Amino acid sequence: MNRLSLTQAFIFLLKRDLTLVFRNRGELANPLLFFVLVITLFPLAIGAEPELLSRIAPGIIWVAALLAAMLSLDGIFRSDFEDGSLEQLLLSAHPMPVLVLAKVCAHWLVTGLPLLIIAPVLAEMLGMVEEAQPILMLTILIATPVLSLIGSIGVALTIGLRKGGIILSLLVLPLYVPVLIFAASAIESSAMGLNASAQISMLLAFLFLAASLSPWATAAALKMSMS
Amino acid sequence: MFLWFHKFGSPPHFYRIAGKWIPWLAAIFAIFLISGLYGGLVLAPADYQQGDSYRIIFIHVPAAWMSLFIYVAMAFCGVVIMVWRMKLAEVVLICSAPIGASFTFLALATGSLWGKPMWGTWWVWDARLTSELILLFLYLGVIGLHSAIDDKRIASRAVAILAIVGVVNIPIIHYSVEWWQTLHQGPTVTKFDKPSIHWSMLLPLLLMALAFQVYYVLALFQSCRAELLRRERNSKWVDELSRSQ
Repeated sequence: MNRLSLTQAFIFLLKRDLTLVFRNRGELANPLLFFVLVITLFPLAIGAEPELLSRIAPGIIWVAALLAAMLSLDGIFRSDFEDGSLEQLLLSAHPMPVLVLAKVCAHWLVTGLPLLIIAPVLAEMLGMVEEAQPILMLTILIATPVLSLIGSIGVALTIGLRKGGIILSLLVLPLYVPVLIFAASAIESSAMGLNASAQISMLLAFLFLAASLSPWATAAALKMSMS
Repeated sequence: MFLWFHKFGSPPHFYRIAGKWIPWLAAIFAIFLISGLYGGLVLAPADYQQGDSYRIIFIHVPAAWMSLFIYVAMAFCGVVIMVWRMKLAEVVLICSAPIGASFTFLALATGSLWGKPMWGTWWVWDARLTSELILLFLYLGVIGLHSAIDDKRIASRAVAILAIVGVVNIPIIHYSVEWWQTLHQGPTVTKFDKPSIHWSMLLPLLLMALAFQVYYVLALFQSCRAELLRRERNSKWVDELSRSQ
């Protein structure tokens, strides 16, 4: 048997996860539908005045994105945990943090990236200022991977639990606070015609920090959960 | 030193030592508490702007300090658990969480009691209040995760990872929340050059901080003893203990 190099293993795992999702396309749409539904609830609940909506649009979109990301988190490891392939991954010769990173990437590609496609439509529906929309796209592009990365720690900690859902939100949502603050404030300040590069830089910093540190924590948590 | 550390870490030894310390700690706690409260509520002069209602800081500020201190202590235990698999650290970590959560809640509650006459509102979405609230959620997450996992050895390691992740995030959360403009009064004690608080107020404040610190150790020892008995209920030393009494 010839051994895979680390890069090959990474790409292999990424492809495998993506294939699994595309064989079961219904799941692909669920987080997206949830995202749209939550945003639809807001105008119904607080009234449809255009000024009000365009004022709170960044916040609504980001809270909805946070919830959608959180609800889809369980999918990162759930099926692999149940059919035992997660154990095989842990036993493999490759370092677990890299494999975790591959799985998180795959998860982000199917749950985070679609938000990017639907967000401009929703922003238009909420009457967000035109100039702020590229920034909205940018924050989604930069910050949703952070959500997947941080969330993977929470999922790895709760994967063995039967009723992990509520606990997962309790663990993960407080850690999402900085992302929410900077993403929403970036959009808000660009809507007011100000420069949002400071917030964008902070989000990028979060991304690099999370990408370099969280796979280690996730790998440790997975080892703990499987023991 | 390392031998002492090792010995202190063994559950029966800790159980015995902690039992001996508890009355002493209680006495020290009482001394600090009474002198701190007397100094703060009776001796310290009223504030020229805030009148007597500022006196709640003698509870509020030490509680807020403790809320941060205990989380850092928990993360330290988390590192010890991950590196040395020390049983005592597991117990200390999980017994600290409810105490830390209580201090956090106390800091929030006294803060809002102070905020009503001073700011005219129970709650404002100010930076430090909000990050304290998030800290409370982090504590509750630790407690919730620990109680959700049945195998307590595994639960301890899960909680250790969570505490370490949390302590990396606390400064990030704190400074991002500070991004908003803030209504809370700036720090008055941590300025090293010249504290802007008069010593007649500072002294009781520090006494109260010491009292709270001792109280933490006291409460920690008591709940650790109970938790140790529960975890080691099938071991020989607990059996001997119950026979001898």
